[in-house]
Amino acid sequence: MSTILEGLRYAESHEYVKVEGEYGYVGITDYAQHELGNVVYVDMPEVDDEVTAGEDFGAVESVKAASDLISPVSGVVVEVKEALNDSPELVNSDPYANWIIKVKLNDPAEADALMDAAAYKAFINE
Amino acid sequence: MLEVAGLKSMDDLYGEIPQQLLFDREFALPEAMSEVEVRRFFETLGNKNAKLACFAGAGVEDHYSPSVIAPILSRGEFLTAYTPYQPEISQGTLQYIFEYQSMICELTGMDVTNASMYDGTTATAEAMMMCVAIAKKRNKVLVSATMNPRVKQVVETYAKYQGVVIETIAEKDGVTDLADLESKLTGDDVAGVILAQPNYYGIVEDYTGVADMCHAKKAMFVMNCKPSALAVLKTPAEWGADIACGDAQSLGIPMCYGGPYVGFLACTNANIRKLPGRIVGATTDVDGKRAFVLTLQAREQHIRREKANSNICSNQSLMALYVTIYMSVMGQKGLKEVCELSYGGAHYLADRLVATGKCSMVYDKPFFNEFAVRTAAPAAKVLDALCANGILGGVRIADDMLLVCVTEQRTKEEMDKFVEIVNNI
Amino acid sequence: MIRNYDKLIFELSKEGRTGYSLPKNVFKENYCPCQLPGNLKRESKPLLPEVTEFDVVRHYTNLSNKNFGVDTGFYPLGSCTMKYNPRLNEEISALPSFAALHPEAPVEATQGALEVYYNLAASLAEISGLAAFTLNPYAGAHGELTGLMIMRSYHEQRGDTKRTKVIVPDSAHGTNPASAAVCGLEIVEVKSTANGTVDVEDLKPLLDDTIAGIMMTNPNTLGIFETEIPEIARLVHECGGLLYYDGANLNAVLGKCRPGDMGFDIMHINLHKTFSTPHGGGGPGDGPVGVRAGLEALLPNPQVKKDAGGKFYIDADEKSAGYVSNFLGNFGVLLRAYTYILTLGRENVKMVGPLAVLNANYVKESLKNEYYLPIEGVCKHEFVFDGLADKSTGVTTLDIAKRLLDYGYHAPTIYFPLLFHQSIMIEPTETESKETLDEFIAVMKKVATEAIENPDVVKNAPHSTPVRRLDETTAARSPKTTYRQLKGER
Repeated sequence: MSTILEGLRYAESHEYVKVEGEYGYVGITDYAQHELGNVVYVDMPEVDDEVTAGEDFGAVESVKAASDLISPVSGVVVEVKEALNDSPELVNSDPYANWIIKVKLNDPAEADALMDAAAYKAFINE
Repeated sequence: MLEVAGLKSMDDLYGEIPQQLLFDREFALPEAMSEVEVRRFFETLGNKNAKLACFAGAGVEDHYSPSVIAPILSRGEFLTAYTPYQPEISQGTLQYIFEYQSMICELTGMDVTNASMYDGTTATAEAMMMCVAIAKKRNKVLVSATMNPRVKQVVETYAKYQGVVIETIAEKDGVTDLADLESKLTGDDVAGVILAQPNYYGIVEDYTGVADMCHAKKAMFVMNCKPSALAVLKTPAEWGADIACGDAQSLGIPMCYGGPYVGFLACTNANIRKLPGRIVGATTDVDGKRAFVLTLQAREQHIRREKANSNICSNQSLMALYVTIYMSVMGQKGLKEVCELSYGGAHYLADRLVATGKCSMVYDKPFFNEFAVRTAAPAAKVLDALCANGILGGVRIADDMLLVCVTEQRTKEEMDKFVEIVNNI
Repeated sequence: MIRNYDKLIFELSKEGRTGYSLPKNVFKENYCPCQLPGNLKRESKPLLPEVTEFDVVRHYTNLSNKNFGVDTGFYPLGSCTMKYNPRLNEEISALPSFAALHPEAPVEATQGALEVYYNLAASLAEISGLAAFTLNPYAGAHGELTGLMIMRSYHEQRGDTKRTKVIVPDSAHGTNPASAAVCGLEIVEVKSTANGTVDVEDLKPLLDDTIAGIMMTNPNTLGIFETEIPEIARLVHECGGLLYYDGANLNAVLGKCRPGDMGFDIMHINLHKTFSTPHGGGGPGDGPVGVRAGLEALLPNPQVKKDAGGKFYIDADEKSAGYVSNFLGNFGVLLRAYTYILTLGRENVKMVGPLAVLNANYVKESLKNEYYLPIEGVCKHEFVFDGLADKSTGVTTLDIAKRLLDYGYHAPTIYFPLLFHQSIMIEPTETESKETLDEFIAVMKKVATEAIENPDVVKNAPHSTPVRRLDETTAARSPKTTYRQLKGER
């Protein structure tokens, strides 16, 4: 049911990271946006903030729930998806196009420890 | 009923509780009283309180309360409702909170406010917490020495447990020393600056340049204001404040020995997500009908738990209704008239007291409806003499200093009597 | 039609109308705020309504008709103790001999008020088995925060600065961890057993010299009494921590057993739940905090005391945890609670808990065929269903709650506790008659039948309320929180 893209890496807390060179694009999966329902607000860090794998860097809010955003990778935020400030619903409509933060990775190989598409698919079907 | 519940006796209702925990003696409490007895009881107790013409202020003032308010507040539909969790049957509460929010924003000039706070002291403490949350890595907040000490004590208490450092901005001639403020801002470690308007001494401070000073150093500018005075005084928004807070008791709420009152906390749109507590917003129902609902709830404690902006669950709803009705019946014109009466009375009394030669003004600064006077006789003695004549003469702030407040409830006759008593000491 | 009234007070405004009357200004000639320096005066004009007194009365009367209170009908909102609020309470709290008192009035002029405070605090201490109470905190959450401040101060004043964590059951209400965070404490969760009580085996390894204490309700959030409380108290005390009792569920045991006797050191009470003061649509309430002997000095300032001659006075203790309020709490609420205690008297206080528990068990047993009861056995003042017994038609707890509104009932607490997916938490309180409960039970059964026979009518409920289900998503995505914003300004 949920869309899972090949080539991305997935965390058990339902964030993905798309690694391109020394950068990683972090967002929430289609499964996560569906579970959360209508997103009304995305609490994002600021550029230059550090993120650490396993620690939260923000939150996604729906009407009556809030879910912490746990970073799957470590590094420094170089860009945040400004469009989400005015249109948080983009996370619902296309969570993969609408990544939340772009991170300059400390170690691009760090993402290898995360699940690949097949493993994540198995994980959410369990 | 026991049978349906599958039990044999009332004791079975507590059958699982270890015997040693059950309370088995008589309570050391009085026997049940009838209504007649309760009334008599409180009448006797009430007689142990003295009725005094009130010239005390210091954050709590004796204002006129229109007779229309109490009967509306006593309507069971408002009085005995809980939080509007079921909006379909709580539109009364939700709409008056929306109206309250609108009116508080009109008075303060701010963009948004929450559904109200417990009182002015805790609202200011929450403002302090907002500053720290917005600034992220800074944990110092500056509070002016001209802030009401009751407010300052509560801010300091909250700060102590949060590991926030409160520094006092010095006072100079009864107002905030802006040079001291500027020097304290140089460290780039200040999350917020909290100033009062009018200040503790009743003085209307000139905060020209303060907003720029704060914003240049990325510190929030917070103003603790008296809302009744805002009908006339420059608004926190006009001063460039980021957050406005305070107690709305001055909007007609009875003094009632310290509460219940209602605190307000308002801010600019930019910081709405950091505003604690409940917020009501407008929306529509499935039929497209206008309706009101608690909104932005995901910031709150019942969802965010330890990551919430604050631990506040409720608001001071009924008192928010109180001031909403007050502002409705008074309107802008009535509020302004209250200011004129209070201001006029206070300045008349101040001039008359000074004319006796037994009092002098402590500060030579513009004041609103409250002022500090130095008394030739010990302030305690002055208060005692006034009290013996049915007058609460103010608040003693030093051995020879009184803080005197006048509202529209005080008559010229009472003021003349005040002056006469002081003159005879 | 009353129901269709949908105006905002601003929409009644007509320029020039007023609803107040003030005395003539005899000072105008000489004194006017217009004399203030220009840069201190406001430039903009506040957009307040211009209406008559009659406009105001009619407007708010119409608004009240769109509200539901305990006075309107049965309000089984779990964890909120929506009992009847006696009108005598209101009368007493409005007595001018109290309502006109300024907090700075000399104590000689306020002996009656101080006596109310002192005796109410003493009554609460007797009822809860603790040594002393402050009545200063304004609400339950505020009481929690105050209690935790006392807990931290206790450790710090002993020079024990390592204790920075507080244990909270995973079933606890969100306020507990939020209060702990505001107090600068770190939260450690202890797991629940299958019946929702604290798992003592899970608790043991958490207890070390970094633990400041534990926060609990008893009975817990599921209405289950924590029978292992003496053991829990022993363990927590042994590790040097204190036990905090969240008084949210005190009504269950009122008059029957006391938190102090269970081993708790600090607690708060919600006067607006247990002691019949009205909820007021969300406040004002009051959240008195009690402590066991030895901790009295730590209560917040100001403190009310009585001297040897029987005179009451106001004191500030330097060991106090600090100042949490403007003065002595919501004094008007204190008058109501004291009235309630005097009305009940020592004999009837003992009946509160048992009658509340009887009512809860009666409703629970009457409905457990139609609704899924995850925890069997005697409950205390409240209990939790996990949705319908038959969930095949997809009718959710939310739908049931909304359908109850059509039948003239307030909904129970829903989706809390989080231990179950479809929680329906019912607390009838002791002030409801058997007839009221029977009618409610019949309606609950009817809704369960509708859920099977005509699920759409339940899924689309409510149908007969002043407004129907609301678009909460749009409200949160682009908040309109003032009249100006509603009109598209700002």
